[in-house]
Amino acid sequence: MSREIKRSVPTDSEVILGILNGSKDILEIVYKAYFPMILQLVVMNNGNEDDAKDVFQESVLVLYDKVKSGNFELNAKLKTFIYSVCRRLWLKRLSQLSRNAGNVKDFEDILPVEHDLERHEEKDKQFKQMEKALVHLGEPCKTIIEDFYINNKSMQDICEKFGYTNADNAKNQKYKCLQRLKKIFFQT
Amino acid sequence: MKMIEQIEAYLRGEMNEQERAAFEQQRDADPLLDQQVVAHQTFIEQLKDYGTHHKLLSEMNAIHEGLDIEAIKDEVIPKSLVIRKLWDKYRMNAAVAASVAILAVMGTLFSTGFFSKSNAIVSGYNALRREMSKEVDRKIQRSKKELMQNLNTDVSKGPANPGAYSATGFALTSSGYIVTNNHVIEGADSIYVQDNNGNSYKAVKVYTQPNYDIAVLQITDKNFSSLKTLPYTFKKSTADLGENVFTLGYPREEYVLGMGYVSSRTGYKGDTVQYQIDIRVNSGNSGSPLLDNKGNVLGIISGKENNVDGASFAVKSKYLLESLNEAPEDVKNDLVLNKKNTLSGLSRKDQIKKIQDYVFMVKVY
Repeated sequence: MSREIKRSVPTDSEVILGILNGSKDILEIVYKAYFPMILQLVVMNNGNEDDAKDVFQESVLVLYDKVKSGNFELNAKLKTFIYSVCRRLWLKRLSQLSRNAGNVKDFEDILPVEHDLERHEEKDKQFKQMEKALVHLGEPCKTIIEDFYINNKSMQDICEKFGYTNADNAKNQKYKCLQRLKKIFFQT
Repeated sequence: MKMIEQIEAYLRGEMNEQERAAFEQQRDADPLLDQQVVAHQTFIEQLKDYGTHHKLLSEMNAIHEGLDIEAIKDEVIPKSLVIRKLWDKYRMNAAVAASVAILAVMGTLFSTGFFSKSNAIVSGYNALRREMSKEVDRKIQRSKKELMQNLNTDVSKGPANPGAYSATGFALTSSGYIVTNNHVIEGADSIYVQDNNGNSYKAVKVYTQPNYDIAVLQITDKNFSSLKTLPYTFKKSTADLGENVFTLGYPREEYVLGMGYVSSRTGYKGDTVQYQIDIRVNSGNSGSPLLDNKGNVLGIISGKENNVDGASFAVKSKYLLESLNEAPEDVKNDLVLNKKNTLSGLSRKDQIKKIQDYVFMVKVY
């Protein structure tokens, strides 16, 4: 029933380099190369394409974290890694929905990825918490913080964007925002 | 605030050599400061992580938007998936449901006797021939025994195996013409008639009138010697309501008397060919003669209505005579009916004694 999926795929080390450089092209290639495999897995196991999308994107996040943290050892194919992560994630989702308590129909080899997923879960929790805190923080603080810490904009740019009279004022504002964000983040 | 600014500057590497050395010294000396540095660093990292995740997700969503999901689906998923998926998912349920349904149907049919009573229960009308297959085993056992015990006795007395159906018939003439119901001999391979003494004779169908449910048989057996003159006559007119009637038939191996009265001039669903008789009859009574007190044959018992008390039906003798008139010439010429009644004035007991030799069990194979 399973059909071999053939696509032009960059070598695994290329992908890892691309991830480290934050290359958008590599991301796109990876996405196009491996998403069909996951779509097959999910749809053949009681899911739909939206489920497949969620699961696949989550697995890419796991891969990114693993590569960025420097402990991605290329002792198995990248494809197998993504497949294993997705499989695990989908099994979990299925048992939550109690659509299928048993097993999934497999199309590829699998790796043990429990450890990676535990780490990922923790990160995901933080991620959600941060998102909530930022939303709670409100504007303009949210944008100031995001611009400065995430988008790495200079204080000068921020100052101009928000129309502060001088950089010190902006800095002051940013400081207050950060304090508030910390407070909200650690409260929840 | 100063402190945070310093920490930030330190972490972002915006300090010059001197400042950094001074800050590091301060950090070494002050564990509280060190803690603050670490806490701040962790938090900013989390913030950055959030940023990258967020960016990645939006990038991936953009890529996803650009994909032709249907095309990919076509490529990786077999066409018949929807049906197969349903099948895979529900085949156990389907199998269980199907077995339960079959069991339920079979159970119901079996418990309501559908399989055992395959003979004519059409609507509410029950034709009264008797199915013998139920008794087959028992009777085979018995006939075997008989055969073994009486190896030397005349085997031509009758067939050893029992018939599929049995019913009743009675003599039309002393020469061996028997009348019974058409439904009794319908589809018969061979027909035997058995008299009161247990002698079986081979008979053949000579004429049938399905519209009136009448069949005429002729005994062709060489062992058969003609009967004495018939004691009863056939009534040409229609009987009146309330007329007392009796019948002699073979609902079992022995002939059985039934008594009752004519309760209606029409039969099942207003059928004018029949009377409705309030009389107890059972399977096997089909073809029994229905006689009045004077010994006139009024009709032939043919059936009864299911679930209705006292509604048995008999074909009127008028239609028997009518159908005999329509019989083929050779048969008709042979059929000289008795005109002299020797039963009137006799008591019921004596009447029966006289009639019993003219009532036969009809066995159909």
